[in-house]
Amino acid sequence: MAGRLRTIGLRITHAIPVILGVVVVSFLLTRALPGDPAVYFAGHAADEASIEEVRTALGLDKPLPEQFLVYAGNVLTGDLGQSLSTGQPVIEDLAHRLPASLELTLTALLLSCTIAIPLGVLAATRPGSAVDHLCRVLVTAGVSLPTFFTGVLLIYIFYYLLGIAPSPLGRLDFIYIEPDRITGFYLIDAAIAGDWETWTGALKQLVLPAITLTLFTLAPLARMTRAAMLSALSSDYIRTARAAGLTEDKVLFTYAFRNALLPVVTTLGMVFSFTLGANVLVEKVFAWPGIGSYAVEALVVSDYAAVQGFVLAMALLFVVLNLVIDLSYTLIDPRIGFETR
Amino acid sequence: MSLLSIQDLKVSFATRRGSVEAVRGISLEIRKGEVLGIVGESGSGKSVTSYALMRLLERNGRISGGSLTYGGIDLRQARESTMRDLRGREISMIFQNPRAALNPIRKVGHQIEDVLRRHAKATRSNARSAAIRALEAVRIRDAEARYNAYPFELSGGMCQRVVIAIALACDPKLLIADEPTTGLDITTQKAVMDLIADLIAERGMSAMVITHDLGLAAQYCNRLVVMKDGEIVEEGGPETLFSRPQHAYTRKLVDATPRPGASVRQLLPLDQRSAEPQLPKAETPLLEIRDLTKTYQGRSGPVHAVKGISFEVRKGESVGLVGESGCGKSTTSSMLVRLIDPTSGEILFNGRDLARSPARNFARDADRARIQMVFQDATDSFNPRHTARQSIAEPLARLTNTPKRQRVARVEELADLVGLPRPLLDRFPHQLSGGQKARVGIARAIAVDPQFLILDEPTAALDVSIQAIVLNLLVDLRTKLGISYLFVSHDLHVVRLLCDRVIVMRDGEIVEQGTAASVMETPSHPYTRELLAASPKPPLPAPPERTAAE
Amino acid sequence: MSDITTSQVPVKQDGTLAHIGYVLRSNPVTLLAFTMFAILLLAAVLGPVIVPYDPMESNAAIALQPPSMAHWFGTDNLGRDVFSRVILATRLDLAISVAAVALSFLIGSVLGSVAGYWGGWLDTVLNRLFDTIMAFPLFVLAMGIVAALGNTVENIVYATAVINIPFYARLVRAEVNIRRDAGFAQAAKLAGNSDIRVLALHIFPNALPPMMVQVSLNLGWAILNAAGLSFIGLGVRPPTAEWGIMVAEGANFIVSGEWWLAFFPGFALMFAVFTFNLLGDGLRDMVDPRQRS
Repeated sequence: MAGRLRTIGLRITHAIPVILGVVVVSFLLTRALPGDPAVYFAGHAADEASIEEVRTALGLDKPLPEQFLVYAGNVLTGDLGQSLSTGQPVIEDLAHRLPASLELTLTALLLSCTIAIPLGVLAATRPGSAVDHLCRVLVTAGVSLPTFFTGVLLIYIFYYLLGIAPSPLGRLDFIYIEPDRITGFYLIDAAIAGDWETWTGALKQLVLPAITLTLFTLAPLARMTRAAMLSALSSDYIRTARAAGLTEDKVLFTYAFRNALLPVVTTLGMVFSFTLGANVLVEKVFAWPGIGSYAVEALVVSDYAAVQGFVLAMALLFVVLNLVIDLSYTLIDPRIGFETR
Repeated sequence: MSLLSIQDLKVSFATRRGSVEAVRGISLEIRKGEVLGIVGESGSGKSVTSYALMRLLERNGRISGGSLTYGGIDLRQARESTMRDLRGREISMIFQNPRAALNPIRKVGHQIEDVLRRHAKATRSNARSAAIRALEAVRIRDAEARYNAYPFELSGGMCQRVVIAIALACDPKLLIADEPTTGLDITTQKAVMDLIADLIAERGMSAMVITHDLGLAAQYCNRLVVMKDGEIVEEGGPETLFSRPQHAYTRKLVDATPRPGASVRQLLPLDQRSAEPQLPKAETPLLEIRDLTKTYQGRSGPVHAVKGISFEVRKGESVGLVGESGCGKSTTSSMLVRLIDPTSGEILFNGRDLARSPARNFARDADRARIQMVFQDATDSFNPRHTARQSIAEPLARLTNTPKRQRVARVEELADLVGLPRPLLDRFPHQLSGGQKARVGIARAIAVDPQFLILDEPTAALDVSIQAIVLNLLVDLRTKLGISYLFVSHDLHVVRLLCDRVIVMRDGEIVEQGTAASVMETPSHPYTRELLAASPKPPLPAPPERTAAE
Repeated sequence: MSDITTSQVPVKQDGTLAHIGYVLRSNPVTLLAFTMFAILLLAAVLGPVIVPYDPMESNAAIALQPPSMAHWFGTDNLGRDVFSRVILATRLDLAISVAAVALSFLIGSVLGSVAGYWGGWLDTVLNRLFDTIMAFPLFVLAMGIVAALGNTVENIVYATAVINIPFYARLVRAEVNIRRDAGFAQAAKLAGNSDIRVLALHIFPNALPPMMVQVSLNLGWAILNAAGLSFIGLGVRPPTAEWGIMVAEGANFIVSGEWWLAFFPGFALMFAVFTFNLLGDGLRDMVDPRQRS
């Protein structure tokens, strides 16, 4: 167990150079702007004086290594600059909008896992059956669907043709009142407030974008689960378990599934990456007020501090998610602690 | 009284090219307390028979005919739930490659508990102690601590003991052992087989031992069945089978099994034996190894793979390098063939110290063509994208100035020399059989007329009858071409057939070296004696002790 | 001798073309994939010749007409022919993804081979670098790069290449690494090949089959990625015909029921990605000699 704890500690320390790398890359991105970065960060309407002000504020008049130290210091204190379009500090804008993005992403991931994993397991245990074929079709079609196109199609079908979905404009129809902000997750906040009408309203808005994202992430997860399950089922220890007369449930779950989970958990990292990327597109399609649409709006008006702040925030979020994945992997696989010895 | 009866069993597999019959109507019986050996080479259907009997065939396989009766139960017709009750409680099975046979992420104690609980031999409260007893039963010391171990923390032999513990936890009446010692070191092999034999005797079980090793089967079984191409060709007691084999195939197998006293020619069927080879007298030293060491930087400090060894190989001589896995013999051969650099020491080849020429640049060394190697795993040693012809021609093209046209002629000449039919030269490795690949590997190694050839277990993956042929080919080539061999192997009996002198290694050191005869007959080091004792002894001429004990 | 007699019958040797033919015949899915690929290629090469209308020519009189015999895919809000624009966009979208994948294939292969074969500090440094790239959600990193480098088509190519390099490098590294000490690599050294030759001529070609699957999957991703970037207004700009932009423009009309504006370019996009996904396995079978009989 001591080895396990040490491994967990080691994993966490492994994240530090990655975070450092992320900060370096995002620094380089802010300085890679063609021309004078100060002009970009100051925005269209800036005059000479305000450009100079920005230049000094960002430390652009100093040598590059020093600029980096200033930048890293700013990042550490949570200073990602001012957004030109909202006039707020970028960090505050992001913090305000993050729950919307998280609510959408996490709902989609949860939905995706609850569908994809059982589907993959079923397909693997019944190769050649209808479930298997369904899984294969879903997987091939799923990875080919551009999320923004799926979103548009779903809106056309469920909003325009069938009229059962609310208009695709944000998290809550204007007839409802936003629930008091506690977590920022409307579903949770409305439930805490006991306002089930708003809760239903928020859910209705959430369904289409969440399904759009789910469709996209379903494919890699189901494919990986099926493959991992198939390879686990054909391994020698399954034969041993069967030869010992263990029940099929025991063989499937305690022996095959737990082993199959390892590659699936690894895939989750990639899936997160895709989801966070696709999230931007889905937010634009559904006018979802998360950090993705914030970045898109910022792009349109060349609000670079906001865009770079968004990129950095997404990367840090992803690092944290990966760390969680790594840690859960460590918990499942006893071999991990010994590899690193 | 027969415990298990198999009548006219047929098993077929659905493949892309239609149905393939792997077992074609075999009948056999196992009586109470009897140990039956099923012997055959790869593809003989011996393992399939056991899987059919457990009803654990792959999805595409099915029992297409015959009957299987165990203790009055018709196994072919039995419901799956009945089979599940039988498996592990009445009939158990142990497998080859024990490490893979255990769930890698479940404590071995829990894996044993799973079986105990399944067959109601233990309850939640006493499962742990029952599992520990099961571990103790397979002579695992410190069973309490091992209960919490994961398979990756255990050695191969220890894993096999755990597999046996799982199989025997519920006191089955019939044990099926499918190549239980394949992949284990020779001394571990003996320990595992002795343990199985003892447990069978202790508990009065019946057993079916499936193996490719006729010697091993003869030593541990009361009765043997020889299978070939899905059929039983002969059946009988070990001594009868060895002394008076009836079927030509059995005779061939018996002949091909390396045994004390037999020469390399005597491994071949009688009508194919040519005259005993006239080997050259070896006097002048070709290769002198002085105080050779190799130390790797491991994660937990330096690993001393080879700890200062010295020996010599004379011109035209064949030397055997014997040891178990991890003894440093592979590291040594990699250094000699100049694939890796030694940490210290000299490799004098014709008086020149090759250790000074770094492995990185050795491809351009003048002595590159003079030292070649035949690899252990024939499949792995060929570029899958090259035909046999390309593989053999490669050293000619890189190391000699032979013009293209002459290379073609030389490759065909080499094919003739190693007995490879010329049409096979245009095949890719995956289109060749194991024996054919071994020939291609030898042809490639001798293409540039080396003076010194390292043979790294060249027959380890081959069936015994093919091994006999390849060993004879190697002897012929040595007589014809006068190459010196360093024959690396784990099997003293095979080494003896081919070598003038033998070197025994253990833990990176040479424990004994001398002429083959003296090392084999009067071993001075206890480890050599242990190795010799561990290899199975076919019952020639005296009957084995095991049958006497029954 | 038994190991020879059983296989005296000569095996018919396939040439490369015959082998490709065999792969196509034996797997109808592969055949379908290659047919679809041929259609895409045709559209990309012959696009400007075969389209019935000028894709840029607007005509307010026929704006927003649903699909008809005259305009198969209907017309957009400026009266441009959607069919012509969808066909013409093929060339641009394919060019972006092929260029990006080729770049990442080349760079990734070299870096991965070197890291996998020699290991050492270079391996460690490259690994850190790829870790850092992979630490970003890839689409988001591409957004950041294009935003930083400037809003041009070339920058879309570079951004897409950068986010794909780690996949190739990692894959090649792993494939090279497991073969570094393989018997055939050692045998090649014994045959007098230098390290570079062993790596380039013996080890790397054997990593190609899994790479081909990656290439074809990546072509799909690259198209999705490029279209996604233009969907949010990066890279390609209107009025250029490009699937992502067309979907973005069409999306504004979907709530009022003019579905054809977004549907056809979206469908074309899906068709292309689907083609590449199907193509992967077939390509692997073609470059893998072990599939030859």
